Amino acid sequence: MTIASEILRRTPLHALHLELGGKMVPFAGYEMPVQYPAGILKEHLHTREKAGLFDVSHMGQAFLAGDTAALERVTPADVTGLKEGMQRYGLLLTEAGTIQDDFMFSRLAGEADLYVVVNAGTKEGDFAYIAEKLNGVATLMPRLDRALLALQGPLSEQVLERHSPGISQLTFMKVVRATVAGAPAIISRTGYTGEDGFEISLEGADAERVARALLGESEVLPIGLGARDSLRLEAGLCLYGHDMDETRNPAEANLMWSIGKRRREANDFPGAAATLGAPPAIKRVGILPEGRAPAREGAEIADKQGRIIGKVTSGGFGPSLNAPVAMGYVENAFAADGTAIDLMVRGKALAAVVAPMPFVPNNYRRPKK
Amino acid sequence: MSEVRYTDQHEWIRLDGDEATVGITKYAAEALGDVVFVELPASGKAVKAGGEAAVVESVKAASDIYAPAGGTVTGANAALEKEPSKVNEDPEGQGWFFKMTLTDKGEFAKLMDSAAYAKFVESL
Repeated sequence: MTIASEILRRTPLHALHLELGGKMVPFAGYEMPVQYPAGILKEHLHTREKAGLFDVSHMGQAFLAGDTAALERVTPADVTGLKEGMQRYGLLLTEAGTIQDDFMFSRLAGEADLYVVVNAGTKEGDFAYIAEKLNGVATLMPRLDRALLALQGPLSEQVLERHSPGISQLTFMKVVRATVAGAPAIISRTGYTGEDGFEISLEGADAERVARALLGESEVLPIGLGARDSLRLEAGLCLYGHDMDETRNPAEANLMWSIGKRRREANDFPGAAATLGAPPAIKRVGILPEGRAPAREGAEIADKQGRIIGKVTSGGFGPSLNAPVAMGYVENAFAADGTAIDLMVRGKALAAVVAPMPFVPNNYRRPKK
Repeated sequence: MSEVRYTDQHEWIRLDGDEATVGITKYAAEALGDVVFVELPASGKAVKAGGEAAVVESVKAASDIYAPAGGTVTGANAALEKEPSKVNEDPEGQGWFFKMTLTDKGEFAKLMDSAAYAKFVESL
């Protein structure tokens, strides 16, 4: 047994995780459940079939007050153009224009402050960076006391409707203040699984009661971080620190879509010249191994002549696909869908092909036309 | 009359006369989680005690399986290729990995018996 060398933080749902039989592991400085007794495979499949409840309270929630437009100093996303009641995905960029983190930001109806969620592992650095860059014009207020739950899956709407009547009206990427089981919450129709679902931000003190209420519904199972990772990988969603980091710019990371049109034209974000300039030498792509062996993060990618042309940054087994899936970077010449490549796994070259993502179709609840 | 022994890497080895069968224990299968892929050794492969013999992959990670004793692989459980989940369902029976002949039966005798292995697992 290894003794933890650091004190791990706990979310407001810690006791509940133990009660549910969660297998706790260290993640981003927190003790988090990697799986529950059902296991990663069942938890993953259940989420795509019914509804899964995830504790993601370790992520960094904050509010930004003052001249919120100044957030555009550190992100190429269109912040000022974000309409009321909407949430948006953005990249946080270093001064050099490389990716510091990815995050979600929301404009709640009738409110001046922006609501922001950054990744767990980078939150301290992100908050300090934003505060420094916006010093004097905007104030960032981290809310480490808040909890964050994700309810994901095709049945998540009918479940949440029981505890938050009217929430079904929310469509993909909309955000609203509402109550869940009587607790005040910020609810967005978004997630990290590719399925329809909601993220529910709560006061820490309400988290356990709300989680229990949702888990009390027959459609819902608790889901751990293991399945969270396999779900997002099948959905082609990046994991910061793996699929992009501060050595990559948005063009290399294939995340140009997150740069606002106005921002692209204005050329007014860190590293704009490089990002908007010549095509990048390497690019993030989806990868499908042809056999059954997974290729994991770190596996080298070779062309058919054995020359190393890239590296896998995320890889594993996709339970819904019932096949291995991966993401990685390859030289630009090999980035087209259908390009045949080899993945070096345990000294052997395993055939694979560059493939479009998502690997599993998305099920987002778009507004009806 | 067969005998079973265990390693501290959570492999089991059953000796029936001159043929040994190797797999992973319930403890290891549970720790691994759902098995999605198994890489089995080819017949004829020479293995050393403690040497890499197979690879088992769960959703999250790959783990090496070591030969409990030295010898030669005589066959592998092809059923695991189509149904890797057998490792979780019946790790000490139908989820066996490979068969082998032993170079030195003394190596087998030195391994933990089931009582010693049970004590070992308790200590973890």
